[in-house]
Amino acid sequence: MSAGRHRRPAARRVPPAHAGSANIFAALADDTRLSLLTALSQRPRLSIASLTTGSRLTRQAITKHLRVLRDAGLVRHVRKGREQIFELQPSAIDEARRALDSIALQWEGALLRLKAFVEQ
Amino acid sequence: MGSNTDRIVKRIDLKAPLARVWQALTDYREFSQWFRVNLEGPFVAGQKTRGRITYPGYEHLVMELTVNKMEPQRLFSYYWHPYAIDPKVDYSKEPPTLVEFTLEPIPGGTRLIVSESGFDALPPDRRDEAFRMNGGGWEHQMKNIETHVSRPA
Repeated sequence: MSAGRHRRPAARRVPPAHAGSANIFAALADDTRLSLLTALSQRPRLSIASLTTGSRLTRQAITKHLRVLRDAGLVRHVRKGREQIFELQPSAIDEARRALDSIALQWEGALLRLKAFVEQ
Repeated sequence: MGSNTDRIVKRIDLKAPLARVWQALTDYREFSQWFRVNLEGPFVAGQKTRGRITYPGYEHLVMELTVNKMEPQRLFSYYWHPYAIDPKVDYSKEPPTLVEFTLEPIPGGTRLIVSESGFDALPPDRRDEAFRMNGGGWEHQMKNIETHVSRPA
């Protein structure tokens, strides 16, 4: 898998180390894209055609949403013959989770200070 | 996906009676001490209070919150703009997050649940800024706290 890793075109702006999460959350803030991710989490590799099946949206619209997900690093695509196959890129989701975890950690710190304060 | 990016929930059991915990949460001077802020005025439902952060390294920041609910010994909640880290920016037009402290009596003390929600509505750029600010520093701080609370009284 690592040898065949798909790299983004060089022309695309490469975000600084931590800026990725902004794109990720923007990409996640949409029902269609969330349902695409859900579909991809249930079946590892799907073509645009099968992602369009069962959706009320056109193939063009689905392609556009997939592009947003790809630019956020949430999915990647591989060509298989004439078809484009999409799959999840789990590391990006981990990053979003880590970002939220860091805020949770902040609360943990505050709560431990409160604990020390009321139990003294 | 199973991951919720809108809300954080934390729970802690405290060996202190409900009334004591309620006071530590809702007396603005006590809140200031453990939260590390210097609030200027009391918590009153529907009203704002503000104060300068006293946490080392963040003393240039002022935090402001609007009290939402105060149900004695049960629920204390407020709205704020999390990680409003640029003193020159007016964050008041952004959607706030809601912080809720819920208290429950348990044998030998009080269970406190804190929930902060509304992150999904934050502008993505701001969210990212907030995360950058938090990166690393808190892990270091957690260690300080562990040292502090594990010290014999």
